[in-house]
Amino acid sequence: MVGGYTLFFTIPLMMKIGLPGWLAVILAIIVCSCVGMLMELLAYRPVRKKGTNLTALITAIAMSFVLENLAQAIPAIGPDPRVPYTLFSKTVTIGKVSISSATFITILVVVIVSFLAAGILAALLGLIVGIPALRLKGDYLAIITLGFGMIIVNLINNIPFCGQQGLGRGVASSSLYANGLGLSNDDKMKYMWIGVVTVIICMIIMFMFVRSKYGRIIRAIRDNEIAASASGINVSFYKVLTFAFTNGSILNSVFIVVMVVIGGMGSLTGSVVAAIGMFILNYIIKNGAWVNALPGFLKSMFTYPMLVYSIALIIVIMFRPHGIMGTKEFALCDIPK
Amino acid sequence: MDEKKTPVLQTKHLGITFGGLRAVNDFNMEIYKGELVGLIGPNGAGKTTTLHTISGLLHASSGEILMDDKNLQKVPANKIIELGLAQVPEGRHVFAQMTVLENLYMGAYILKDKAKIKENIELVYSHFPRLKERSNQLAGTLSGGEQQMLATGRALMTNPKILLMDEPSMGLSPLLVSEIFSIIQEPHRDGITILLVEQNAKMALSVANRAYVLENGKISMSGDAKTLLSDSRVKKAYLGA
Repeated sequence: MVGGYTLFFTIPLMMKIGLPGWLAVILAIIVCSCVGMLMELLAYRPVRKKGTNLTALITAIAMSFVLENLAQAIPAIGPDPRVPYTLFSKTVTIGKVSISSATFITILVVVIVSFLAAGILAALLGLIVGIPALRLKGDYLAIITLGFGMIIVNLINNIPFCGQQGLGRGVASSSLYANGLGLSNDDKMKYMWIGVVTVIICMIIMFMFVRSKYGRIIRAIRDNEIAASASGINVSFYKVLTFAFTNGSILNSVFIVVMVVIGGMGSLTGSVVAAIGMFILNYIIKNGAWVNALPGFLKSMFTYPMLVYSIALIIVIMFRPHGIMGTKEFALCDIPK
Repeated sequence: MDEKKTPVLQTKHLGITFGGLRAVNDFNMEIYKGELVGLIGPNGAGKTTTLHTISGLLHASSGEILMDDKNLQKVPANKIIELGLAQVPEGRHVFAQMTVLENLYMGAYILKDKAKIKENIELVYSHFPRLKERSNQLAGTLSGGEQQMLATGRALMTNPKILLMDEPSMGLSPLLVSEIFSIIQEPHRDGITILLVEQNAKMALSVANRAYVLENGKISMSGDAKTLLSDSRVKKAYLGA
């Protein structure tokens, strides 16, 4: 499950930075992991001590919303994901020598600042939501979570300095996917190989994780948290660590959960299969000519990819609750010891 | 046999607030090396809360917990096990998706010496031969009594000085009481100090050296186990006499 997260995380991340530099990708991952850990310590710890795991979940969701939208608000990054390229060309006209590094540093600094600012703000918000939310349980809690998230999204979208393109479209990632990253087809091909290699690296890392001591510990915690802490495992520490690695926005998070459930919660390769499947599906839905051939009502359904995924999710849960691959692994890898 | 030296485990005026309620109040207890001490009392009296606080999963609001005169409260839960205190949690809690052997390995999480780990596994198997028979079986498929053996065995993997057993008979058929009895006796025979929290007062008192009776967060009676067994108040409240 952790693997599925890690896999998906690097792709939109890479796109966000929007630069072909390897350094950009790796640095961004490190930065985000650190920020993730920071958020965990600042926002989650105090809430978790006072409340239940559910409260922590609310905090996570609230923070994701805020993060995503604040990042959008900073002019250099969003709302239009194409802006980094404009920056790129601007520096060319000015005639700086090391073009990539200049733009890269600017963007990176802005990203860090926006993350930190968002993190702190989100931490505060998380606390504000968390404390009254402690009084609620179950369904009411979920309602407040969603409600609060919606409130924040709309508030931020309506504040003047957030771009008009933000609007109800909301999150950067969804518009990223919608526009096909705003890249020309040539650029797409160029960047594709980066994506593929990143995926392969991620998969290797994932396999190593699962077999490693870290992987075994995570599986133990998942299996039975009480037994794990009775065995001397520092459960909180590993939770923080894992959270840091798997940081992501709310829309991404939903995406991720859907992919993992469809692929099968126990299986590594299942997540990969599902991820690939969903990306292909996504692309087809956006661009497939056959969509237009469908009757009107069905066509309008396809303009909301989330709807399609939700339906897919429901179908999978109804007919094959273990996911496509269930808990089985691909034959090449033996059962992780 | 009481030794006139430092108790292995001691609580002084321990107070625990849990869920807004004062769960435990002014709890004083000493456990000496090699003893099997029972902590009995009705449901909700605060027995499990006390155990969880000793092992570091909960925080005490007042008082002290000392192990060999060292204050346990500053020590995080995962370090307490390294000091020699192991807990067999209530409800057994085995790693259901792992085999018996893997469960025992997980119990040895803090041990680095592979030879020592193997040695301890053999020790656990000698205590509980049924576990050895099922060493490749998934823990989730074991019977309740076998899971209790496994949870106890896992705690023993760290060569603890003191074992906290939380309601080992809970959820198990009363017919299996003698089985639980023998599970508790195994480490006790090896000289390991045990604090046994039990709802089954009769069983606890027949296996323990001494016992404390906890009612509404306070100690109402304490003393030699055999004496308590024949005490009329205990009989009326807990032994159905």
